[in-house]
Amino acid sequence: MLLKERSILPGFVPAWSYTVLYVSLVLLIPIAALVLKAATLSWPHFWAVVGSPRVVASYRLSLLASLAGAGANAVFGLLIAWVLTRYRFPGRRIVDALIDLPFAMPTAVAGIALTTMFSPVGLLGRALIPLGVKVDFTPLGVGVALTFIGLPFVVRTVQPVLLDLDAEVEEAAASLGASRAQTVLRVILPSILPSWLTGFALAFARALGEYGSVVFISGNLPGKTEISPLIIITKLEQFDYAGAAAVATVMLVFSFLLLLLINLLQWWSARRFEPGARRQPA
Amino acid sequence: MIEQALRAEPARRSEATDERPVVRGALIVVALLFVAVFLVLPLLVVFGQAFAKGVVFYARAIEEPDSLAAIRLTLVTAFAAVSLNLVFGVLAAWTIAKFRFFGRSVLVTVIDLPFAISPVVSGLVFVLLFGAQGWLGGWLSAHDIRIVFAPPGIVLATVFVTFPFVARELIPVMQALGNEEEEAAIVLGASGLQTFFRVTLPNVKWGLMYGIVICNARAMGEFGAVSVVSGHVRGLTDTIPLQVEILYNGYSFTAAFAMASLLAFLAIATLVVKSLVEWRLSRESKDGN
Repeated sequence: MLLKERSILPGFVPAWSYTVLYVSLVLLIPIAALVLKAATLSWPHFWAVVGSPRVVASYRLSLLASLAGAGANAVFGLLIAWVLTRYRFPGRRIVDALIDLPFAMPTAVAGIALTTMFSPVGLLGRALIPLGVKVDFTPLGVGVALTFIGLPFVVRTVQPVLLDLDAEVEEAAASLGASRAQTVLRVILPSILPSWLTGFALAFARALGEYGSVVFISGNLPGKTEISPLIIITKLEQFDYAGAAAVATVMLVFSFLLLLLINLLQWWSARRFEPGARRQPA
Repeated sequence: MIEQALRAEPARRSEATDERPVVRGALIVVALLFVAVFLVLPLLVVFGQAFAKGVVFYARAIEEPDSLAAIRLTLVTAFAAVSLNLVFGVLAAWTIAKFRFFGRSVLVTVIDLPFAISPVVSGLVFVLLFGAQGWLGGWLSAHDIRIVFAPPGIVLATVFVTFPFVARELIPVMQALGNEEEEAAIVLGASGLQTFFRVTLPNVKWGLMYGIVICNARAMGEFGAVSVVSGHVRGLTDTIPLQVEILYNGYSFTAAFAMASLLAFLAIATLVVKSLVEWRLSRESKDGN
């Protein structure tokens, strides 16, 4: 019935059945309900909803701000992972533990904290606004919130790979005459590239759907600082269920495409680091 | 994410494979500044604002009837969601880690789906299923059952958003341990349940514990999905994060941060448990060597 390799361990059928049943009930059927709801709209109507200027502006903001947030994380996340794995300094373990804060801290709490920090009377806002940098109620604020949310992803995907790198490879490069910069750029960077990209893609995917940390700092000005998840909420509040489902379906397609990309990246990075996968003589 | 548990101290490196002290110092300073602005400062702001009007005001903000109701609903919701996802996570991990079968990698991907789906969309699916205009809405209202805009909807949305966590933590740990110990137990005549509780569970208990703790933190803190299904019936369907939003938007900033500080304490406790679990795991692996 179920195609599976032989094993003497018991419990496969009940555990498999429960898993599939639970996934179907909690996840697959509700998602199907969403897509079916969107399908109650005719094609022209569907396109009119998901292509209206206000909705398109929200995709643009969501995509660009997520790209900016994930980009900031790619740069600083790599730096933090590097510093945590390579150097000793006081407080290193505490910083390491803190990196997971955005996973553990509820998004609404992060949202009001960031908004307060960057408000005109806030700790950072007071310093930045005289310089002409306004963060709260601007697209920049959306980017800041999305940077916070995505911070752990790059650090936690790059960190184990950096730890596993053989010191000998770097020593070999150095003894063959490479400068430190050459070693970093041409030996270390290529080895961490797949995991680095995976971290970037994970941060990007998380940022695209993020809601709680953004809504407070963005100010939600239609067409300017309104992210796609907020459009869904607005449509729901107007009892436009089919419209909400249509925009949600577009977001779902984005999510699935990203998930596919992430799986490909992870497969690539696993292949790279599977013991002996590349070094094995043919 | 427990796999990184065996994180070692950075080794002292030779001169050829290390940066110059100036470069090293600069990199450390930039990294710490970034961590300070994005992680430490928000935490300080939460606690600073929460206690801005003193401890008495703080206590009074939390003792508000609406706030207490929100705390109660959050605890009940998290308990229900964590229990359901715990049972699922253990069974899913057993299926995926211990057996090779057709469709296994598809199942792994599907379990990860909620990570990629916007919390707002996660809430919306239940409104479309159980809401007044939803697929089952007519039948439910005919039988006088309320799911959306009532606690059951909040539990469902929370289950949806948090359901990968226990499974995600357990699968790599179980996989890394292999099947030999369980197979030996079975060959020696143990029943399936005996094998699970006496062999598997003791081996994965730290991973399981972290899975439960992070699942709980996310369940208590979930905002987007819960906000969609809650309907904001005061004192009835508001969880702590929703109460934070209501207070904040009503300009009761100090009270909002007081409620938020409860969740921030929870986040810190979660990180402490994670560090403890990693410390235990690295000690166990050292003992094993």
